[in-house]
Amino acid sequence: MQERLQALKEEALSEIQQASSMKEVQDIKVKFLGKKGPITEISKGMGKLSKEERPKMGQLVNEIRNAISDQLEEKIARLEKAAVEERLKKETIDVSLPGRPVKRGNHHPLTRVIEEIEDLFLGMGFSIAEGPEVETDYYNFEALNLPKDHPARDMQDSFYVTEETLLRTHTSPMQARTMEKLNGEGPVKIIVPGKVYRRDTDDATHSHQFMQIEGLMVGENVRMSDLKGVLQSFAKKMFGEEREIRLRPSFFPFTEPSVEMDISCFNCGGNGCSVCKGTGWIEILGGGMVHPNVLRMSGFDPEKVTGFAFGMGPERIAMLKYGIDDIRHFYTNDSRFIKQFNSL
Amino acid sequence: MLVSMNWLQQYVDLDSYSADELADLITKGGIEVETVEQLNKGISGVVIGHVLECQQHPDADKLNICKVEIGEEEPVQIICGAPNIAQGQYVAVAKVGAVLPGNFKIKKAKLRGEASHGMISSLQELGIESKLVSKEYADGIFVFSEDVTPGEDALEYLNLHDEVLELGLTPNRADAMNMIGVAYEVGAVLNRSIELPSPELVRSDEDVEGYVSVRVENEGDNPYYGATVIKDVTIKPSPQWLVNRLVSAGIRPINNVVDITNYVLLEYGQPLHAFDYDRFGSKEVVIRRAIEGEKIVTLDDVERSLSSEHLVITNGSTPVAVAGVMGGADSEVQEDTTTILLEAAYFNSKLVRKSSKDLGLRSDSSARFEKGIDRNRVVGASERAAQLIQEIAGGTVLKGIAEQGARTIEALDVSIEVNRINQVLGTEITETEVAAIFERLQFSYQNFGGTFTVQVPPRRPDITISEDLIEEVGRLYGYDNVPATLPLTESTPGQLSEYQGKRRHVRRTLEGAGLYQTVTYSLTSPSKRHFFSDESVEAVRLAMPMSEERSELRTSLIPHLLEVAQYNRNRQLENIAFYETASVFLPGDELPVEQEHLAGVVSGLWQEHLWQKEKKAADFFVVKGILEELAVEFGVEDRVTFVRAEEPKLHPGRTAAVYLDEELIGYIGQLHPEVEKELDLSETYVFEINLEKLLKADVAHLKYKKLPRFPSVTRDVALVVNESLEAGEVKRVIKEAGGSKLVEIQLFDVYQGEHLDEGKKSLAFSLRYYNPEQTLTEEEVKKAHDRVLKAVEEQFGAALRQ
Repeated sequence: MQERLQALKEEALSEIQQASSMKEVQDIKVKFLGKKGPITEISKGMGKLSKEERPKMGQLVNEIRNAISDQLEEKIARLEKAAVEERLKKETIDVSLPGRPVKRGNHHPLTRVIEEIEDLFLGMGFSIAEGPEVETDYYNFEALNLPKDHPARDMQDSFYVTEETLLRTHTSPMQARTMEKLNGEGPVKIIVPGKVYRRDTDDATHSHQFMQIEGLMVGENVRMSDLKGVLQSFAKKMFGEEREIRLRPSFFPFTEPSVEMDISCFNCGGNGCSVCKGTGWIEILGGGMVHPNVLRMSGFDPEKVTGFAFGMGPERIAMLKYGIDDIRHFYTNDSRFIKQFNSL
Repeated sequence: MLVSMNWLQQYVDLDSYSADELADLITKGGIEVETVEQLNKGISGVVIGHVLECQQHPDADKLNICKVEIGEEEPVQIICGAPNIAQGQYVAVAKVGAVLPGNFKIKKAKLRGEASHGMISSLQELGIESKLVSKEYADGIFVFSEDVTPGEDALEYLNLHDEVLELGLTPNRADAMNMIGVAYEVGAVLNRSIELPSPELVRSDEDVEGYVSVRVENEGDNPYYGATVIKDVTIKPSPQWLVNRLVSAGIRPINNVVDITNYVLLEYGQPLHAFDYDRFGSKEVVIRRAIEGEKIVTLDDVERSLSSEHLVITNGSTPVAVAGVMGGADSEVQEDTTTILLEAAYFNSKLVRKSSKDLGLRSDSSARFEKGIDRNRVVGASERAAQLIQEIAGGTVLKGIAEQGARTIEALDVSIEVNRINQVLGTEITETEVAAIFERLQFSYQNFGGTFTVQVPPRRPDITISEDLIEEVGRLYGYDNVPATLPLTESTPGQLSEYQGKRRHVRRTLEGAGLYQTVTYSLTSPSKRHFFSDESVEAVRLAMPMSEERSELRTSLIPHLLEVAQYNRNRQLENIAFYETASVFLPGDELPVEQEHLAGVVSGLWQEHLWQKEKKAADFFVVKGILEELAVEFGVEDRVTFVRAEEPKLHPGRTAAVYLDEELIGYIGQLHPEVEKELDLSETYVFEINLEKLLKADVAHLKYKKLPRFPSVTRDVALVVNESLEAGEVKRVIKEAGGSKLVEIQLFDVYQGEHLDEGKKSLAFSLRYYNPEQTLTEEEVKKAHDRVLKAVEEQFGAALRQ
């Protein structure tokens, strides 16, 4: 009996060893350890053994059953592991293949620049005013201290619709429109982004349609030094912390004193290069202290309040900031141009 | 305004300042120096030569062989082709080794066998613009008219070592449109004294009265008119110094008298006009408005028609000049002129501007009158001119001036407090500093306890109110010295309006969905409008368009978006996905009605992933999906509907009108294939909606809905219906019939073909039932579902697909 058991064990272990699939392993299990298998049979026949032999035999049967069972478990584990490995191998991909493109568009560069400027001024407590693109002569000129026969009207040849209405030549009309509504009560803190139009022939540096952002702050004790402070923040945000600004005297009918603002050249740092035409400075915008006539016409008392105003061109700022060489690109909308403005 | 450094030096000591340094200081002071030009343009090696001999070249008709003394041991031989070369002339010689403009180097040469050691130069060859070369030297070499020494620097004599500053003058600084004004400015900027000309005129005993009288009809039009008469003048070319001055200022020399009036114009800023007294036609100068339709032939030989808005100088009967703009041809100074009637006047700037504009005539004279001249310099300028005419053209200046109007006016008093200056500028400028600045400007003033009352001289008509004085102080104090501060005013919240915030969301949603933003022009043409809209749509047209292409304001954004699509397609950029938000303009009452629209154009491939062989072409549903997403974003997904529609330029089977509730807010559709063909576009989808309607729709605030606590039940149903029946219609009926427990209806399959009868299609819906109160019973579901099946059967004869 003992011998039989030993032979069974060897037979079983050898079969387990040779098995190469889960099915075979299962069959071996049934064959040797199943209810009708030889070992079960031997166990059943142990009743015939003597009292002394029975425990010894029982121990042996258990030993052999465990040995086979352990081998089976081990084989199963090995086969499972191999199967997983096989599967992983099959599932391996080329991770260098290109990913699926995410469909995404982006802002036009002008919107990008305008929103950036808007956010900067929102942060300084300004709100955003918007107004009509077709304006009355009154708001576009007269309320800005440009009476009908003012020589400075030559500076902005305009597209008239009727004798009294025209495509606005700047977004400054919102100065008067905003102030009028406040009945002389400040403070006023607005910026006015929008499209403006002038009678220019389109070329690399001129466009009959372009964007402007006007800024206006009116209140008690608004000083030119505040204009300088606000513009300095603007210049540093848009063109880098190292930028310096300078104000130069200039002339606009709606401000007195009037200034133009230059920033130190971001390309050469102020030493002179082709971007700044050798001067180290780049002209960015015009502004000044709101002319008392403008305040008065819009219902504010120039004895009580003062104000500053400025106007800048997003095209110019974008051209400088991104090194764009032709203003027409903004309006041609070549997708290769627009798609370049897709990252932060 | 062109300012010669050499000329300016006559009035202000410029020593120790280079032209570039001076330019920088003037710019910082408030007058922008646009360029600094070296007149010699890098020329070297040009000397004065004396033509000792001049013979025709044996082998060339047009060439001459000259022996020229150039201050060296031996005369040199130079071959010259100029028609005006002659023996005895003093000329400008570019020696061998000389460099002319454009880095043109002079070398020894042989011309038809004869050696040439240099070049006898014309003024153009020395870098002087042709338009500044007087007629006599226009087509040949330049000949010195005075005593000169061979071998000396010819450039010196021609003032070509000078540098010229070009001032970009803002309209308020017309005071710097003349050398005296520039001298005042530079004196103030450098804090140096200036020296001005003080003409000493010797007049004859003969009185002007017997020659001419002046009558101004309306002193408002012409506050001052003065006529000086100068007899026995000789008209001839001007001396070189005068020519040099004019050339440096960009004015072409003509003859001595005309040149002197131009010189004084440049020096004093006072336009003068010299009439030929004998051709004037009378002894009376009458200044009046022109008669409607009156004619004058101006100096440029053009006949001009005048109106009562124009001021003219007449001889009592006919106009002889358009006041302040241009003289008449009939009374022009000519070579035989001997007696000059010299006009020096102050005309109303608005009238000059009107004439200049109406006649399309802009002259150096009108430019100055328009912007305002110095009222108190008129007589001084006429004396300066008379003195120069006497000096240069000979002649006798008659006693007195025939005149009308006051010669001078009072200075204007303007006051300003030092405190106010500092309050506006944010500075701490002292009284002493303010006083010093007014002194630099040569303004007289009184100071009472910090309040300055300034007597603003008439040369500065731009200064009329106290703010103008603040600017004067500020600019000379230096804006660099103004600190940068933060505003002291009360703080205000800075935020976008609701509409502005929503508009930013629209952009982000569309871009997130794959569209790129464009900005196109507002001005368009009627043909583009008609191309994409009903004939009945009217536009706002410009009064005077620059071109028909940009003659009216757009009523739709689509035409320009299609242009963008075409532009890109022509560059092999065929996958197009663009949008724009912008105003359209419709005729209104006082102002047009401006509406903000959102439009887009999509064509080509919408999505592709090449190696996975995935390609999805843009179609109607891509575009519709984007608009649906927008509706979700703005909380109106249940209120926006798409209804089959027909639009003239869109595909009749692939177009929908977009409604918000009952209101039409836009369209979406494929371009009509004929339109696609005409524009050379492939299958292209467009949409345009009134953005304001969408963004201003009244919506409830976002509110949390409780998460489902009970399971829901889903039933799928495939309905066989007529192929013409729209899924939306079926869905509507299902929704109605399903009742409150039917919470979601999803179309998941549309099938037509095998196993279905001709003309039929199958629409498969997934219906989800849910009861928020308790777990749905089978019975509840069945009841609702049966209602649905019954309704679709009754309304559409829909059968369940087997």
